[in-house]
Amino acid sequence: MIGTFLLLGLFLCSTTGGEIALTHGMKATGEPERLRPKELLKFLGRAVCNGWFWVGIPLMAFSFYALLILLSWQPISFVIPASALSNVVGTLGAKYILKEDVNVARWVGVVLVCVGVALVSLDSLPMR
Amino acid sequence: MVLAMVVCANAGDLLLKRGMTSIGAVEFTGSGLAHAFRLTVTNPIIWTGILFLLGFMICYMTVLSWADYSYVMPAGAFGYAILTFLAVVFLHESVSPRRWFGVILICIGVLLVGQTKPRTTEAVEPQGEKVTA
Repeated sequence: MIGTFLLLGLFLCSTTGGEIALTHGMKATGEPERLRPKELLKFLGRAVCNGWFWVGIPLMAFSFYALLILLSWQPISFVIPASALSNVVGTLGAKYILKEDVNVARWVGVVLVCVGVALVSLDSLPMR
Repeated sequence: MVLAMVVCANAGDLLLKRGMTSIGAVEFTGSGLAHAFRLTVTNPIIWTGILFLLGFMICYMTVLSWADYSYVMPAGAFGYAILTFLAVVFLHESVSPRRWFGVILICIGVLLVGQTKPRTTEAVEPQGEKVTA
């Protein structure tokens, strides 16, 4: 049980850190001109040349492997909703690190999502 | 693009769960992790899940190039509603009223965030390379 929550904590930190780095990198990359395969490939080419992309990917890779282990320990109906706690951590990161304007409506939306996720999670409690 | 992101993410998660269940519980030791790693990289279900997650990643990167992280992130939670519907329709699982209430809250939360301005930050200065877009 302690192991599950420790790994969940590591998963949340690495996911949020990785996604914030990735968001910063994608904003620097700029959006694709059109949503067509050729333009998307050009966009991906530019994205992988950005340093922040390579900061985010190892963190996300770590969080991915942590997710695999969590999925092998607990039911998906616990792991996936519990991992949604990254919404709160991520919103704080978006506000204070990425300097996004998180207004009241966005905060209320995030809180509702988290409460909803908690209610969904209560249907299947961890067994380890 | 956001819908494709959500569908790919959930299909990937479901396939990963199925693949990891077939492998069994991973022991948190050096040899246990190494053994689990060998089993995961040779499992076709896990590779299919990874392909879906790759599709999710491309959609996610594209959306993040123009929208706020705090705008995109809650939209991903809409997947829980989809998962619940799929569990009811295809797996014939019984879903408690509490869980339905949770799904409704998630949907309202996602709709609320969806009403806000998608982008509130200025473009980030590129690192050396010239952006042609």
